[in-house]
Amino acid sequence: MINAVEFANVSRHFGSVRAVDGVDLSITEGSFFAMLGPSGSGKTTCLRLISGFEKPSGGMIRIFGQDVSMIPPNRRNVNTVFQDYALFPHMNVRDNVAYGLMVKGVDKRTRYGKADELLALVKLDSYGARKPGELSGGQRQRVALARALVNEPRVLLLDEPLGALDLKLREAMQDELKALQRRLGITFVFVTHDQGEALSMADTVAVFNEGRIAQIGTPAEIYDRPRTHFVADFVGSSNVLSPDMARSFGAPARWASLRPEAVHIVESNARARGTVTALRYIGAGTRVILAVPGGEITAFVGKGLKVPEQGAEVGLSWDDTVLHVMEEG
Amino acid sequence: MPSENRPPLALTISAIAGLLFLHLPIALIFLYAFTTDERTYQFPPPGLTTQWFAVAWNRADVWPPLYLSLRVAAISTVMALILGTLCAAAMARSRFFGRDQISLLIILPIALPGIITGMSLRSAFAIMEIPFSTWTIVLGHATFCIVIVYNNAVARFRRLSGSIIEASLDLGANGFQTFRHVLLPNLGSALLAGGMLAFALSFDEVIVTTFTAGQQSTLPIWMLNELVRPRQRPVTNVVAIVVFVTTFVPILIAYYLTRGGSEIAGGGK
Repeated sequence: MINAVEFANVSRHFGSVRAVDGVDLSITEGSFFAMLGPSGSGKTTCLRLISGFEKPSGGMIRIFGQDVSMIPPNRRNVNTVFQDYALFPHMNVRDNVAYGLMVKGVDKRTRYGKADELLALVKLDSYGARKPGELSGGQRQRVALARALVNEPRVLLLDEPLGALDLKLREAMQDELKALQRRLGITFVFVTHDQGEALSMADTVAVFNEGRIAQIGTPAEIYDRPRTHFVADFVGSSNVLSPDMARSFGAPARWASLRPEAVHIVESNARARGTVTALRYIGAGTRVILAVPGGEITAFVGKGLKVPEQGAEVGLSWDDTVLHVMEEG
Repeated sequence: MPSENRPPLALTISAIAGLLFLHLPIALIFLYAFTTDERTYQFPPPGLTTQWFAVAWNRADVWPPLYLSLRVAAISTVMALILGTLCAAAMARSRFFGRDQISLLIILPIALPGIITGMSLRSAFAIMEIPFSTWTIVLGHATFCIVIVYNNAVARFRRLSGSIIEASLDLGANGFQTFRHVLLPNLGSALLAGGMLAFALSFDEVIVTTFTAGQQSTLPIWMLNELVRPRQRPVTNVVAIVVFVTTFVPILIAYYLTRGGSEIAGGGK
């Protein structure tokens, strides 16, 4: 099976800055692939390497098996939803969407037909005659999406497309994007710094750090079994245990991670004892921050369970399997 | 309380007086184009006539300077549009060593007094043994016309989102299509405004022209010479009306095209 996108030891250096440094990855056709990382981690550069706006300093990029190093952006069967949407301000919505067909020389009736079809797909049927300046952020985002889909790309690149939307709209768009991707069967490559977004939408997540991929895997793998200290820190508000703490809990003396929701507060058979230093109510439950010998552990106490008082000394317990020993520090 | 928003009467009066002081002389120019007195500008005019328009029309010496001015302004404007836009594109779209210094150098001609520009060009032409011609005038005018177009274009480039060019390429357009369908429509009004301002400035430029024109006269220089002679004086006023219309109308259009933006930069030359 041919991968939609394949990076073989790809680097992109800007002077002495290694924006992307020896990245290997393959993106399965028809999958929803998320590139997750803090700003400056190289994820956006990777996206621009796929779209062709950046050229690799080393390594090879293949799109559907074809080496694309000599192919300029306008001749790649890949389209982008830009972070600021980049809608053409002087054209109305329908012309914006039809642009990709217009430059190919498709006749007016066909391209407007297709544009209207896509506007219906993103639920903006009646907005064709408006200018981008007259739309809300969420509507512009949909226009950008429709415009990028008009050429029927085999890979759709999305550069933090939900970043400018407010929380409620962002969640609605997450569901919509995911549904759209399933329906169209196109490979989506999605760049984000929001771990929740990556975990909830993607089939595969690549976590970037300093130009390299720290871990690549399914959302569950990334969340439950982070490979490095960085991944554990970045992906979730997980407890990262130092080698000393791990050993005191009966695990090998290596860095380990422990999910707050896997830590229970118990009366007896405690694996460790800790003092409650802070309580944080977060709606679905309470996060209890505890001082333990050698460090700090956060436990999550769900609704309906007893929340210990500040300053109380309590016992902590967890299943053997949930203490995850990481490969790297 | 509405009365608090009303300016004091003294301020209103002095503002009106100031405006009158600035603009009455222009009205006088118009008035004297219709006077029956051809030697002195006495006020009030002894009588009114429209004969000077016919006289001006039939004077053979009016036409060569008018043609020359139109030609110089047109060529300078076209040159400025091409070079100014390219300059602006380079400055707005790329980062390179010395960029700010070069940007300053481009703007310098407009900040420099015209007399300095004129002197330096004249001595440069002398050193290079370039004979004075229409082209030396064009060169002189292009120095500040380019800046006008550059300033207008660079402001517009800055306002454009850089990624719309990438978006166009991403959607399959080539460089030419991107220029034609995305860049030009967005730069269009800024270029039109810049071009019109440049045309207007070139058309009535005197100082640089006196240093670079040699024996030829552009219309403003012809007018300057004509004022010294006490014959058929109102003809000069008729020509002044023509100059006023050819420069004021483009500036007015340029103003309306770029309303809302701080883009009519360098309009004070």
